[in-house]
Amino acid sequence: MKKRNWYLTLGFILTGIIASFIVMGFIWTPYDPNAIMAGPKFSPPSFEHIMGTDNFGRDIFSRVLQGAGSTALIALCTVLIGALIGIAVGALTGYFGGIVDEALMRFNDALTAFPSILVALVIVGVMGGGKYNVILALGIVFIPSFARVTRTAFASLRDVNYVKSVRLMGAKPARIICLHILPNTISVLLPAITIGFNNAVLAEASMSYLGIGIKPPDASLGYMLSEAQGMLSIAPWYAIWTGGVIVIMIFAVGLIGEGLQHCGRESM
Amino acid sequence: MLEIQDLHVRFYNRRREAVEGVSFKIEDGEIMGLVGESGSGKSVTAMSVAGLLPRKQCEYSGKIFLDGCELLHADRKVLRQIQGKDMGVVFQEPMNAMDPLMKVGKQVEECLKVHTKMNASQRKALALEALSAVELRNVEEIYEKYPHELSGGMCQRAMIAAAIVSKPKLLLLDEPTTALDITIQSQILVLLKSLNKQYGMSMLFISHDLNVVRKLCRRVVVMQRGHIVEAGDTERIFHNPQNDYTKKLIAAIPTREGRGSI
Amino acid sequence: MTENELVLKVQNVSCGYRKGGVFSRGEVQEILHDVSFDVRRGEIMGLVGESGTGKSTLAKVILGILKPDSGEVTHYSHGPQMIFQDPFSSLNPAFTVKRIMEEPLKIQGIRDKQERKNQVMEMLRLVELPEECLEARPNELSGGQRQRVSIAVALIQKPKFVIADEPVSALDVTIQAQILKLLKKLRKELDLSFLFISHDLNVVYQLCDRVIVMKDGQIVEQGDVEQVYDRPQHEYTKQLLAAVV
Repeated sequence: MKKRNWYLTLGFILTGIIASFIVMGFIWTPYDPNAIMAGPKFSPPSFEHIMGTDNFGRDIFSRVLQGAGSTALIALCTVLIGALIGIAVGALTGYFGGIVDEALMRFNDALTAFPSILVALVIVGVMGGGKYNVILALGIVFIPSFARVTRTAFASLRDVNYVKSVRLMGAKPARIICLHILPNTISVLLPAITIGFNNAVLAEASMSYLGIGIKPPDASLGYMLSEAQGMLSIAPWYAIWTGGVIVIMIFAVGLIGEGLQHCGRESM
Repeated sequence: MLEIQDLHVRFYNRRREAVEGVSFKIEDGEIMGLVGESGSGKSVTAMSVAGLLPRKQCEYSGKIFLDGCELLHADRKVLRQIQGKDMGVVFQEPMNAMDPLMKVGKQVEECLKVHTKMNASQRKALALEALSAVELRNVEEIYEKYPHELSGGMCQRAMIAAAIVSKPKLLLLDEPTTALDITIQSQILVLLKSLNKQYGMSMLFISHDLNVVRKLCRRVVVMQRGHIVEAGDTERIFHNPQNDYTKKLIAAIPTREGRGSI
Repeated sequence: MTENELVLKVQNVSCGYRKGGVFSRGEVQEILHDVSFDVRRGEIMGLVGESGTGKSTLAKVILGILKPDSGEVTHYSHGPQMIFQDPFSSLNPAFTVKRIMEEPLKIQGIRDKQERKNQVMEMLRLVELPEECLEARPNELSGGQRQRVSIAVALIQKPKFVIADEPVSALDVTIQAQILKLLKKLRKELDLSFLFISHDLNVVYQLCDRVIVMKDGQIVEQGDVEQVYDRPQHEYTKQLLAAVV
């Protein structure tokens, strides 16, 4: 008897809806997101502008679509960089151990000692803002957490009997790591990746909010939130929509992560 | 002493009943063996007797009487009064059955603390008595030690001491020697026998090892897939097993005589 | 004893661990002390001793996972294999039985799919597993079936010498008897030699030709099973035998 995993189902449905909106935003938006005076200034949600307009009369729905798109893209790339490098580092150090492991992990500890946003701010400060630098900075910041999770999983599986037995068959380390250990760490890594994605969304949002992330004319949810702050009393809907989309995005992916963790626990 | 009547247990996530109509009786001062392989339902039976059945995750019926007191459907409060005081339990793994952060002596007295109003020195006196009853030496020293400072055999002795400190009527032993080395194993068996003689304590000894059961128990119950397939005098069953499964089980025991048979 | 009748020779092996971590050098604790024995072709050699006597360390040294501090291990056959105690951790839970059994062949570089399949089927027959098992994952098998798969994985690599580390102690007695029978059959059919590590003296008596008794990292007695069991020389062996229920 298998119980339905509601977390996973609901998470996938929500994420699917958001993703289809985002994809739509790349192809078509009702108005040009940056077109000034697409409608009257500060018009509340109506049929022409379902999320209303901002101080320049730009259509907020179009902007949210585009902003969510770039936020998701940045988060995705960030997680990709962080996960790929982090998993590689964690796998190697976890599997081989020894001095390199100790050294890298102490470096890791040192890096985690700073608040992650601060490190990202420094990197962006040195290299300048813009989409790609934000991705790079956040990616680097996210490496340690992935490395740590992967390392723990690999270190605990390194001496399991089935790994020993493959080693006795004369398998090379690369084969053991990729083919024999990695599939068994998926149940730990997938939730870590979803949590990482959420953290990346938040990190991007806070950086852009602080004005050190994305630069206009690009828009991201965080950048828009900082814009919205200035007109909170005149056009509260701007902040509500952008903030709401961030919350829903994180909620959806968080549900998937939770669901995956349940899966992992059941298969134990 | 202990009487189990038509015990049925089925876990909600399993199709088959774990225990399907088990009934047997243990007389005063008797050591009863309960034998079976994995999945036979012996541990579930033991859990039911000990009141450790996860009641919310299974349906159960039947009756279990300990000295006339019904246990299976008993209120938690009633159960708690019986657990530890009238019934002691010893588990398989001595090392993780003990709290690693608590001194051995404190763990031995724990059940006195729960069930009696004795003061610290009275409790300590009884704990020391129990520790020497399980034939540990330097009991004063062991009283002050932590579980990881003891060897596996000593740990198991301390566990037995904790189970017998309040002189329960029934001692429930769930594979108490399985995790131990054979020389230690046979010492523990001798100890159990002498405790049985000394205090007249009844015991339910659960094991997968027929040899061990044969050495200790006068009567034995053999279980397979939730049923009792054979019950009776241990020696009789060994020499003249009636049930096919029992025969198979006995034939499978590795013995010196069996050399060459495989 | 001429050397081509041996599969393994262990001479004066001593081995120890150094306590402590990267920054501290502790004292060396000796696990094995001056261990010498040999295993003849086609023989099942028993190795008995209680927990902590260094049985598993000895196995590691023989397999070359651990380097001995002194002494020498000589193999007279290629690729010794090992069967582990716990059939639940010795098979990769992510793979199907087929994949697990094919893995050593892939590593050996057998590219031909049909060839691999033939070998897997042949091995499956030898360990008496039904064909349906191929598509199953380890957690869908019973303990006995899992142990058969681990035996198959070890033997598909065509070793002549196999270390079996308590291969039956995690199993029910009826299953235990079947696995022992299987090992005996395989020895005959495949001309294997075993080092059979166990704490169960009865099992060793049933299965083995010769036996080594270890205590605290040293061999206290070795010889033909019947001789050791009937006329034990060492005090510890006598104690062990007396404790057997």
